[in-house]
Amino acid sequence: MATAPLDDFIVAASRVLAISLEPEWMPAVKTNLEITLKYAAMVEEFDLPDDAEPAPIFEA
Amino acid sequence: MAFSQPWATAVEIAAAVTSGKSSAVAVIEDALARIAEFNPTLNAFTAVTAERARARACAVDAAYGRKKPLGPLAGVPFAVKNLFDIEKLATVAGSKINRTHQPAQRDSPLIERMEAAGAVLVGALNMGEYAYDFTGENIHDGPSRNPHDISRMTGGSSGGSGSAVAGGLVPLALGSDTNGSIRVPSSLCGIFGLKPTYGRLTRARTFPFVASLDHLGPFARSVRDLALAYDSMQGPDLDDPACTQRAAEPAMPQLERGIEGLRIGVAGGYFRQGAFPEALEALTLVAKALGAREEIEIPQAHRARAAAYVITASEGAELHLDRLRKQAREFDPAVRDRLIAGAMVPSTLVVKAQKFRRWYRERMLELFERCDVILAPATPCTAPKIGQQTFILGGVELPVRPNMGLYTQPISFIGLPVVAVPVPLQPLPIGVQIIVAPWREDIALRVAYALERIGTVAAPKLSLKPSLKVPA
Repeated sequence: MATAPLDDFIVAASRVLAISLEPEWMPAVKTNLEITLKYAAMVEEFDLPDDAEPAPIFEA
Repeated sequence: MAFSQPWATAVEIAAAVTSGKSSAVAVIEDALARIAEFNPTLNAFTAVTAERARARACAVDAAYGRKKPLGPLAGVPFAVKNLFDIEKLATVAGSKINRTHQPAQRDSPLIERMEAAGAVLVGALNMGEYAYDFTGENIHDGPSRNPHDISRMTGGSSGGSGSAVAGGLVPLALGSDTNGSIRVPSSLCGIFGLKPTYGRLTRARTFPFVASLDHLGPFARSVRDLALAYDSMQGPDLDDPACTQRAAEPAMPQLERGIEGLRIGVAGGYFRQGAFPEALEALTLVAKALGAREEIEIPQAHRARAAAYVITASEGAELHLDRLRKQAREFDPAVRDRLIAGAMVPSTLVVKAQKFRRWYRERMLELFERCDVILAPATPCTAPKIGQQTFILGGVELPVRPNMGLYTQPISFIGLPVVAVPVPLQPLPIGVQIIVAPWREDIALRVAYALERIGTVAAPKLSLKPSLKVPA
């Protein structure tokens, strides 16, 4: 997953989520998001079949 | 009647109270005095419930006087991480924000169950803000301090639990473990900790963090105490949707069975990478004591840790989203910035992590068809200095806060039960995880008990000095 446009993404996401992001928080938020996306990419690249079920089970 | 043995186990205290050798009031007064003496140094407690504890101890003594049966924890003082509801106290969960919450109207069921067994709650314990922490540091309450060296971290997020038990302030404490928050402080503080199977112990009336990963469990200085507390808290509870409907399966009667016939392996690969020499030394000592030679490769452990990280970021952020909108400045900045980032993780990636979780669970269950126990380090190193921001793992400088759980996260990710056992290395202790199949806490406790009996693992009795100067 490309992370180059991350600054723009964070600003847009904070607006969508209605979080008032202070400019001084930006570097730490970006670092944390980069780390999380790096881990997410590690999971995302792992092939699973289309019928793979998520772990949590809902019982009706 | 005096009772002044700070290192007495819960089993010894309950025996003394049940036999009339000590009153519960004497035990509790002794515990309260020790807390008053040492808590200013350790900063383990954020609230001491002295009045309630004295009333409860009086009730235990009154029951003794009336020859009523006393529970297996009669008169035993215990304390809980301050994310447990305690009647008449706000459940702060390590935060500033929750201090304005209404006081809880009822204790959490685990407190109720401990007290039904005769134990006496003496207070609430320090923790990392909203449990998003592996250090035991707290910007609002100050860091909990490691009794082995007060300039060092307790580990977190159940830092006060680790400090209070290791420091001899209480023989038992309760904490929570989402990614390692029982096992990390157990390791750094040199005590025993049990993270049961996901769903084994009810989480009702506690402040959550990550619903699909949160567990609760006990800390102790002996395996028998750990098992006794665990057994006292088991059982279904409809107030927690994740709590099992299985009947209680007491572990205490199984402790003496030993390790004969158990197939014990040692986690290799991922669980050796980045480990400091002391972590590997502790693992080797435990493996040797148990005669464990087979190396077990846990498949995709690095991805399991990554997936747990992603789910934690996302679910944790969802929990706090409204507070991030309205009260962002009141968070610990280190927690706030992680939560804001977590709110921005695309949902597609989180669903994939939950799908991977099921795949990984299946592979782990296959592993447990050919072994009963897997040993792994609990933490990559002994307790870092309070305030230390980074350490070198595998030649790479990484932040301490998210990485102390390197070896715990792939295990709690699928809710496996674990006992963290303390190896008393010098100058600082370090823990080893005894990992077993779901619902087999009894096996992990048996192995821990066998190790304790032969002296490989132990919670050291420390000489604390109340005059110790707390570092600035």
